[in-house]
Amino acid sequence: MSNKEKHWEKTKGLMIITLIIWFVFGYLIFMFGSDLNTSSFMGYPLAYYMCAQGSIIAFVVLIFWFANRQEKIDEEFGFTEKEDD
Amino acid sequence: MFKGNFIDNLPKIYGTYTGGFIVFIILMAIAEQAGMTAKTIGILFVAFTVCIYALIGYLSRTVQVDAYYVAGRQVPTVFNGMATAADWMSGASFVAMAGGIYFGGYTYMAFLVGWTGGYVLVSSLLAPYLRKFGCYTVPDFIGTRYGGNFARFCAVVVLTLASFTYVTAQINATGTIASRALSIPFELGVWVGLVSILLCSMLGGMRAVTWTQVAQYIVLIIAYLIPVFWISNKSGFGFFPHFMLGEEVARLGELESQFGLVKNAAADVKAAGVPGGLKSIAVSHAGVPEGGMAAWKFISLALCMMVGTASLPHILMRYFTTPSVKAARKSVAWSLFFIALLYTSAPMLATLSKISLIDPNLPTGIIGKPIAEIMQIEWVNAWINVKQAFIADFNGDGVLQLNEWFMRGDVVVLATPEVAGLPYVISGLVAAGGMAAAMSTADGLILAIANALSHDIYYKIIDPKADVRKRLLVARALLIVIGAAGAYIASMRITSILGAVAWAFDFAMSGLFFPLILGVWWKRATRQGAIAGMIAGLASGTAYLIYVYPKFMGNAPWLGIDHLRFGIIGASVCLVVMVVVSLMTEEPDKATQQMVDEVRVPSGKTILGKQH
Repeated sequence: MSNKEKHWEKTKGLMIITLIIWFVFGYLIFMFGSDLNTSSFMGYPLAYYMCAQGSIIAFVVLIFWFANRQEKIDEEFGFTEKEDD
Repeated sequence: MFKGNFIDNLPKIYGTYTGGFIVFIILMAIAEQAGMTAKTIGILFVAFTVCIYALIGYLSRTVQVDAYYVAGRQVPTVFNGMATAADWMSGASFVAMAGGIYFGGYTYMAFLVGWTGGYVLVSSLLAPYLRKFGCYTVPDFIGTRYGGNFARFCAVVVLTLASFTYVTAQINATGTIASRALSIPFELGVWVGLVSILLCSMLGGMRAVTWTQVAQYIVLIIAYLIPVFWISNKSGFGFFPHFMLGEEVARLGELESQFGLVKNAAADVKAAGVPGGLKSIAVSHAGVPEGGMAAWKFISLALCMMVGTASLPHILMRYFTTPSVKAARKSVAWSLFFIALLYTSAPMLATLSKISLIDPNLPTGIIGKPIAEIMQIEWVNAWINVKQAFIADFNGDGVLQLNEWFMRGDVVVLATPEVAGLPYVISGLVAAGGMAAAMSTADGLILAIANALSHDIYYKIIDPKADVRKRLLVARALLIVIGAAGAYIASMRITSILGAVAWAFDFAMSGLFFPLILGVWWKRATRQGAIAGMIAGLASGTAYLIYVYPKFMGNAPWLGIDHLRFGIIGASVCLVVMVVVSLMTEEPDKATQQMVDEVRVPSGKTILGKQH
């Protein structure tokens, strides 16, 4: 497998992990909204908290994490951009 | 004062700007104490900020193609994040979102999840690859990846339909705010709004829009956060509302069961003469509705908004302006960070506003008090006079019940400062913030449409030999034409029959999501597949919308997929058709496959040249 193919395999892997986490915070937890609301976080009912703040914060952290991981992958295979590109 | 080049000085420039704006707010507060009228303060706030944007727009004028279309691809990560956040957060987000949560509670908050989660798709599936491609517009990518003018043309059609649905609502919002702040008729307000919008974008295209959007973000976020924190502190709900309103949310639950959530019969509401668009609280604030259907409605709405986000051209094109692929990815993260500052505050504002109004133990509470007494309150009177609030004493006991208090959603943002007794300067600030939010989104949308028409239709299809001067002239002329068309439709006030902002997301996802994604992630995707997918997706989505929308055919939605969610049908059809047709046709040639390979690697030259 060429360098490019290996790089793309890893990139795809990261994409899939990212989308799984996205699915959990965007959909999975809200399938169980009424169960979630029986517990609380910082005094807020949990399902309410997750859509008011929790999932949004999770998405922000997820994208920063994703960007950093992808940079590492690009570096590993020597595909980091040069300044003068 | 600022040595060196413009880009290096950005933090200093915008730091000074922010400082200047805060000084202006303080000056206005002093003027208010000295006796300046509320009306003058409102006018000064809107006029001052709009003049600043126009100045930035003028200073950013350009005669270069890549500066006009992609801001010269030198917008730093964090600043592009701010510009995207302003581009994204519309007048509706600013003025109506807290009101939506106030009335819709948990169910409405599917919009919050949907309007943020889409950025995960943007960063992982699209933005970095489109940046590497080096396109000027979204149809530019479709046209080059799949080849042929017809594919390009289809993409322009989807883009125009989605963006234009959205832009009339934005011009409408600028008109409403301008007319209220400047005390002019709505129809005139729309044109004043349009002129302000064009001043920001005409001379400098994307470059001018970028730098005004950063300035607009700063104004809108200050205007949103100051009241939230101030109200929370002043009314003693907590120093940092986001972490400290748990008790209030619980208290709202108690009050809901104490008062009872009564859904008024439509006939009663009509008989009482409640003005259109006004609502009473009938849905639990934090409670989750029971049952699988309710959960499906929540996640299906979130799904449409997320996939729609990743297909909206005015957002995607913001990531064409970063200096590198790496910066495009980081910039998506910053965008969502800046958006989250406002989006996580909206539920808090809704909570503060609701508890202030309905808790009888608070001095601001009005529910459970004699109506005659409430009618004496100044702000109640003012809002009832302009038909934004209404009292209907259904049971005739002279006491205000929860289901007898009606108001428009926008009032939550516009009146809460007044209810909590904040000085008028805050209301002026909120007007400036709403104006900034509506203008920045309208600018992005009009530019997206005009750029697609001037670059993809005029330059790429009609006259590929046109010189730079002619291209930019056409681009600017189109900007005016599209803006004027939007303003004309907005001034006819038919937006209420045009439906919701959500439609723009559904149109975009029906026609563009899969052709964009598969263009990068599936080498086998062919031109015929993409064209068939775009046409079938858009046609089936539109047909379904006509089929279910109450004002058109009004049939019963299938599986709860109503007119806000028609993109699910469109995008599914698009995917199936695109895959089937792609597999039936010959695979793309070697050159195209190589191009896709190149897109997947961040380093190296862009596919399309710097000037094309």
